[in-house]
Amino acid sequence: MLQIENIRKTFPGVVALDAVSFSVKEGEIHTLLGENGAGKSTLMNVLTGLYHPDRGSIRLAGEEVHFTSPRDSLSRGIGMVHQHFMLVPAHSVFENILLALDGVPNFFKRREWKAKIQALIDEFQLDLDLDTPVWKLSIGAQQWIELIKLLMRDCRLLILDEPTAVLTPQEANRLFDVLRRLKEQGKSIIFISHKMREVMAISDRVTILKKGRSIDTLARGEFDEARLASLMIGHDRIPEWQKNLQMSDEIVLTIDNLSVRNDRGLADLDKFNLTLKKGEILGIAGVAGNGQKALAEVLTGLRNATQGRILARGEDITNSNARRSYIAGIAHIPEDLKAIGIAPDMSVDENLIMKSFKNGAFRTWIFQDKRAIRRNAEEKIEQFAIKSGPDGTPVRYLSGGNIQKVIIARELSEEPSVLVALYPTRGLDIGSAEYVHKVIADGADQGMSTILIAEDLDELLKLSDRIAVMFRGRLIGYADPRSTTREEIGLMMSGENRNAGSAA
Amino acid sequence: MFDTLEILLDATVRAGTPILFATLGAIINERAGIINLGIEGLMLIGALAGFAATHYSGSLLVGILVAFVATYIAGAIHALITVQLRGNQIVSGLALTMFGIGVTALFGKGMVGLTIDGFERIAIPGLSSIPVIGRPFFNQDILIYLSFLLVYLIWFFFYRTRWGLAVRTIGENPAAADTSGLSVSRYRFLAVTIGSGLVGIGGAYLSLASTPMWIENMSGGRGWIAVALVIFAGWSSPRALLGAYLFGGLTALQLRFQAMGTTISAHILQMLPYFFTILVLVVSTIRLQKGAGQQPEALGLPYDREDRK
Repeated sequence: MLQIENIRKTFPGVVALDAVSFSVKEGEIHTLLGENGAGKSTLMNVLTGLYHPDRGSIRLAGEEVHFTSPRDSLSRGIGMVHQHFMLVPAHSVFENILLALDGVPNFFKRREWKAKIQALIDEFQLDLDLDTPVWKLSIGAQQWIELIKLLMRDCRLLILDEPTAVLTPQEANRLFDVLRRLKEQGKSIIFISHKMREVMAISDRVTILKKGRSIDTLARGEFDEARLASLMIGHDRIPEWQKNLQMSDEIVLTIDNLSVRNDRGLADLDKFNLTLKKGEILGIAGVAGNGQKALAEVLTGLRNATQGRILARGEDITNSNARRSYIAGIAHIPEDLKAIGIAPDMSVDENLIMKSFKNGAFRTWIFQDKRAIRRNAEEKIEQFAIKSGPDGTPVRYLSGGNIQKVIIARELSEEPSVLVALYPTRGLDIGSAEYVHKVIADGADQGMSTILIAEDLDELLKLSDRIAVMFRGRLIGYADPRSTTREEIGLMMSGENRNAGSAA
Repeated sequence: MFDTLEILLDATVRAGTPILFATLGAIINERAGIINLGIEGLMLIGALAGFAATHYSGSLLVGILVAFVATYIAGAIHALITVQLRGNQIVSGLALTMFGIGVTALFGKGMVGLTIDGFERIAIPGLSSIPVIGRPFFNQDILIYLSFLLVYLIWFFFYRTRWGLAVRTIGENPAAADTSGLSVSRYRFLAVTIGSGLVGIGGAYLSLASTPMWIENMSGGRGWIAVALVIFAGWSSPRALLGAYLFGGLTALQLRFQAMGTTISAHILQMLPYFFTILVLVVSTIRLQKGAGQQPEALGLPYDREDRK
């Protein structure tokens, strides 16, 4: 029903899509598989009329279409669940859905429309209360709202952009059930993912995207995990690393009853407890938005605790400057680069010494020692294999993976005892992500402890010595990655404590 | 005692009404996500346009309509800059205020000293003879009745119609509205222009009802008070009424004190309402930070669809 040919889309300085072609049949689940940065989301934004392609054609039922706004694509039955939900947190579920519908009169009858929406919610047996404001709902529930919006409009082609990234394994399975039902009803689904397990579970056909190009389309039976992985990664070299499983029992960090309140007075961290051992990689699992960010921020000193203590080898470093030299942090690089981590317009050299510019090695009295700064940069660029461009290039022009390396190099330069990594590989291609893993594993060998906060369970299971599960700002319990299944951790992520007595 | 209260209340409503119109207009702007700091200038434009039109046509209705149209057009400049061109809303609004002050001073020169017959009171039979509240609320001019109606209509618009839901959504998360197939720029443009038109009526109230004449810079900072009251009102029209009358009440009170011949300096008394505004801002800002009230999330942010997030 849908045919996409030779689509190209560039942003200033970036070719997001080079040449992409694929087609979607009626009643199939078609997966777009590709690494971060391969252009999946851009492609879908082109398809829904949010971006205008520079070149190429889109055919719907044989007829060429030019969408200039989401209104056009919606009117032709194409709807999308965006990765960043298009919801208004302050409005009720009802208001959010109602606005997205077609044919609602300006003076609408509340009761009548509520009944209509409720009927659909009941049909799929979803747990949604129409009068609840959206901000009170879990991410999983918010995704149902997005789906309901499209189903109410009777969309024939549904696009889901990495829908499982924010779900527990149980919620993801529930979503897959619903998707299969929709497929039986004759709807087509474009499913975007980079998680092999899900792709295998649900796809009828898979199209692989790489660096803005469609590499190949394979039908069920033609693909297996290994085949897909090799197509997705191609000839990129993946750094190899090994984890040393020996860990001492020396406790280097204790978090005791720690609470952090946000501007609204709600607890982001609620009496949180944690112990971290020397040389340990402690994974933190949890659905995004359950306090992980607050944890990273309070540990790295961006926020202050309202209650409780952080102890470094028994010494209280809560809200004190001492924690700065003891704990270092890295966080994922958002695409827009506006967030913390780097000064985007400054050079690699300058960004690398941002933490240690007061250090005598880099200055003479109040003046910078440019030569020492440059020498330091050359060392780090060599050591971390940073592709930094010509001398003096602003960091913003580096790729996400290389920016991440700059940050890691800087954070590790002071040889911290504890590294806090907040979604360190989100948005990175596989090669860069593996490099980050290697640095963390190598650090553990040398006695550095890492708190690794990630949303991909596979990443946590692979890297962690122990996994602590967070829910609503609390520690639910610890899990041993060698003996715990994904499903068990998933249950804990939704707040169930399987061994309430012995955990914590 | 009751007489005094009645007179005070009456003066409160009359002093509060121009600010009420301006606050309502500003609320409509900000609900769509556009900050409008041109309120003060728009009030002046409305006041002068309304006065001139009434003077030449002899009709108050024409005066009000011209005031609305003139400020609608002035608002369209702000909308063009902030919505279509995605310019800086603060700078554009300040420019609009300065433009309003300048242009009305220039064209108002010939209007100084002229007089018109202003709005007259219309008593609502029965209700107007209720003691204390009868005269202040039910024996007023037609614009005051219109302002009552508007408070309700704007509330109804925002919470009971799809248009209102669309405007609120655009003020909170324009991308959500866009992906639902709504035109963000059209709604924002209309919210700015219609809101500005209401501000203009507030201005016209000064020159057609409060004191039926044109005085240079006669808005005297009321536009800025309206900007502050939007926050106090938590972007809701019924609370705007409360805020406007609080301010009106202080104005009435200080005039009353002056009339009674108190020894407190008139300058200090005149300062009271403005001092109150600062107080209101402090208190409402603290409340905002505690999560009460709801500032539209996208307030002040231009919307560009291809802006990569």
